[in-house]
Amino acid sequence: MSALLSVRDLSIGFGSGPSVVRDVSFDVEPGQTLALVGESGSGKTISCRAALRILPRTAQIRSGTITLNDSHGAADLMKLSERQMRSIRGNRVSMIFQEPMRSLSPLHKIGNQVSEVLWLHRGASDSEARKEVLTQFERVGFPDPARAYDSYPFELSGGMRQRAMIAMAMVAKPELLIADEPTTALDVTTQAQVLGLIKELQRETGMALILVTHDLGVVANMAEHVVVMHKGRVMEAGPAALILNEPAHPYTQQLFDAAPEIPDQDSVGIPMPDEDLILQMTDVSKTYTMRSSKGWKAEKLIHACRGVDMKLARGKTLAIVGESGSGKTTAARIALGAELPDPGGKVLFRTTKDSEPITVHHMTRAERTAFQRKAQMVFQDPYSSLSPRMRIQDAMTEPLEIHRLGNVSEQRDKAAEMLQRVGLNEDMLKRYPHAFSGGQRQRLSIARAMMLDPALIVCDEPTSALDVSVQEQILTLLENLQDSLNLSYLFISHDLAVVARIADEVAVMRRGLVVEQAPPETLFYNPRHPYTKALIAAQPEPDINRPIDLKLVALGAGSPDSWDDAFRFSDSVIPSLVELEPGHKVRCHV
Amino acid sequence: MVMLRYAVYRFFTMLLTLLVVSVMVFVIINLPPGDYLSNQIAELQASGQSAGVAKAEFLRKEYSLDRSLPEQYLIWAGFWPGPHGFEGLLQGNYGWSFEFDRPVAEIVGDTLWLTVVVNLAAILFVYAVALPLGVLAAAKSRTWIDYTSAFVGYLGLATPNFLLALILFYYGHRYFNLPIGGLMDPSFEGEPMSWDKLKSILVHLIVPTFVIGTSGASAMMQRLRANMLDELGKPYVETAIAKGMAPSRMLTKYPLRVAFNPFVADIGNLLPSMVSGSVLVSVVLGLQTIGPTLLTALKTQDQFLSAFILMFVALLTLIGTMISDILLVMLDPRIRYEGREA
Repeated sequence: MSALLSVRDLSIGFGSGPSVVRDVSFDVEPGQTLALVGESGSGKTISCRAALRILPRTAQIRSGTITLNDSHGAADLMKLSERQMRSIRGNRVSMIFQEPMRSLSPLHKIGNQVSEVLWLHRGASDSEARKEVLTQFERVGFPDPARAYDSYPFELSGGMRQRAMIAMAMVAKPELLIADEPTTALDVTTQAQVLGLIKELQRETGMALILVTHDLGVVANMAEHVVVMHKGRVMEAGPAALILNEPAHPYTQQLFDAAPEIPDQDSVGIPMPDEDLILQMTDVSKTYTMRSSKGWKAEKLIHACRGVDMKLARGKTLAIVGESGSGKTTAARIALGAELPDPGGKVLFRTTKDSEPITVHHMTRAERTAFQRKAQMVFQDPYSSLSPRMRIQDAMTEPLEIHRLGNVSEQRDKAAEMLQRVGLNEDMLKRYPHAFSGGQRQRLSIARAMMLDPALIVCDEPTSALDVSVQEQILTLLENLQDSLNLSYLFISHDLAVVARIADEVAVMRRGLVVEQAPPETLFYNPRHPYTKALIAAQPEPDINRPIDLKLVALGAGSPDSWDDAFRFSDSVIPSLVELEPGHKVRCHV
Repeated sequence: MVMLRYAVYRFFTMLLTLLVVSVMVFVIINLPPGDYLSNQIAELQASGQSAGVAKAEFLRKEYSLDRSLPEQYLIWAGFWPGPHGFEGLLQGNYGWSFEFDRPVAEIVGDTLWLTVVVNLAAILFVYAVALPLGVLAAAKSRTWIDYTSAFVGYLGLATPNFLLALILFYYGHRYFNLPIGGLMDPSFEGEPMSWDKLKSILVHLIVPTFVIGTSGASAMMQRLRANMLDELGKPYVETAIAKGMAPSRMLTKYPLRVAFNPFVADIGNLLPSMVSGSVLVSVVLGLQTIGPTLLTALKTQDQFLSAFILMFVALLTLIGTMISDILLVMLDPRIRYEGREA
């Protein structure tokens, strides 16, 4: 049997520059899944887009052939006219993209955008298309397809939008689906569910799948064949079982080493010490009132945080884990004094062990200035957190200028010192941010946060925008800085595997509540809460023999009503946190 | 339903804004020391014509200029009874023009709706030209089409309007037999509306529309092009291409819809800039619009006349922004459903 899609010696370049994809060849068999694995800049995305000839305007395919051989017959995709290509796109080969938030037009109803595929390729009437799309919506897991049909994208969550994208890609029953990092922008539990859905649809329809990803865990769960790419070339290709079990190429090995994993634990961990607390949050709640669009209706209360108690010992790391909307960022903002807790909540910060605590929830102007010197933040997106119009030196010395510390040459020296600490060169001070890679920018952000010699750094998903190998380096850097400077971290993440490595204590949040809190070892050894279990189960492991347990994920990640009686909560009845063993707290009815 | 409620709400905020504007207009006009009458009285007294002084004093009383400023405002707006009871804007009495010695209503009369007609025509022209050219320039960016349209656009921006007006006059008349000056054939002036009068107005409108609209059109075209280019880089455009859509349909259905918002939002801003910007053109072309009258009124501190014209322009602007706001809500579900529970 011949391959469904066959790519031979593909080379692609931009303008007159050197080729960014060189002599890439791979085959996709009917009904099978091929994973294109690599880091950003490896050429994986551009290679698969070449199959549909959706490339940036300046890109040109320099050599190679791409042959599609489906039930409509064979076609040389390089030679087809633009009109012929259009009848293939979305019909015989379809594609889903990375960012479900931005991949749908914000101004058109979901149903309209999905039906359009049928209008285009089947000449379907509105009612025919609607019927078929509603069936497809039901298939991809919309609880109320008719309502989804008439919704706008901004009314749906990220997971639901990606389901809509999948429905759009599947509705014309293509024989090949190209999925470009379909789950990278999603929470782990949503990712697990979306991957499960794609797999199920594949089994039903027998379509083939090209999965572009940087995550070996996703590969292990999805693919039969793997192509590892690096700097535009294929490093290694073969059956998934073989490559995942015995990576032959050093680069593949390197990817494996960098992939964060939830370690197997055989004992409980040591609880966070109770003395010398740098940060102490007691009964912190935050309620937002949302003004109703209809004036006569009551205002709606949104509980972003409810009764959060946390403590962070000096030199330790406290991690808050949860999906988007769980309240983890709100908690961090309150810890930094960027937001005030509801009355009754207390946030105490001690600069040194014996100093008088600063009451972060009630600061004078002078206290705030003093506090800001000691508590700094590293942001998620290194691309937008540095001003593109400021030289590195100016960006780094700005905090010193604001606090009027040192003269110009002292400030410069300090910046140079900090750059060295984060592994960059002092001659980079005169450059602008665009000259740096994502990983280097995140180092710069860390260096900037360190300029004021803080005692506490709040890291808001500092690695989730980075490649795995870079993520590994940043985590190592953070660990080293903590060891040498006795820094304390409040670490926000949605990724348990990252947290497993760096945290001394983990608080798992869901809907504004801490549902389980324990040292990571304890949490992985003895998870008690269904949501924690779901988070752990949803983590894709780069091990082909440990597939994601979708049942466990669905159970825990679903609404609290689906949980066991012991854990269930509603707006009115909330069980309290119960200490099961020293340092291990779970929110359950006793 | 949502729309209707919004339209009603928007209408009331417009009235409120108009009230605030009226206060500001009145205050600003009264800011410079003196007024038309006191200037005139001083002049008359200097030349010893006491009969004129008596008339001016009479007018002062008649139009309550001897009262305090807040009272003057209330009487002018019609909230407060003047010497002859309620007689203000609200009651449809626009006041007296001292400069022309005629009621304001009589002076502005026809020019009001001619102003509206000229500016509406100019705005339609702006949109009709900018829309296709902007989209085309974005879709074919960095090709000769883009460069040519940008060049012509900048030429339009850079040429002074009155110069353009003169050039068009000359060549329009010479080659196309277009009429020179005015908004209608002199024989129709003051006549009731008829089919022939309408035709005459339409023919007279060609040159002014073009002249007043050109710079607005080229500015808007560049804005639309920039917006479109931004949108073209967004992932949803890629999604549409991956669906197998043809470029022309894809362009108009997706990125244009999004890029259209600022385009619509501009309707309100266009009006005042056109009214004030077309004064010179109106003078050159001899258009009976309100612009030249406003200029005279402001120069001579003819307060009721200038206040009325400013109010009229403000009203046009507010109606423009109201229309664009309502259109935006119709076009963009994100605005429409803001706060709707999911």
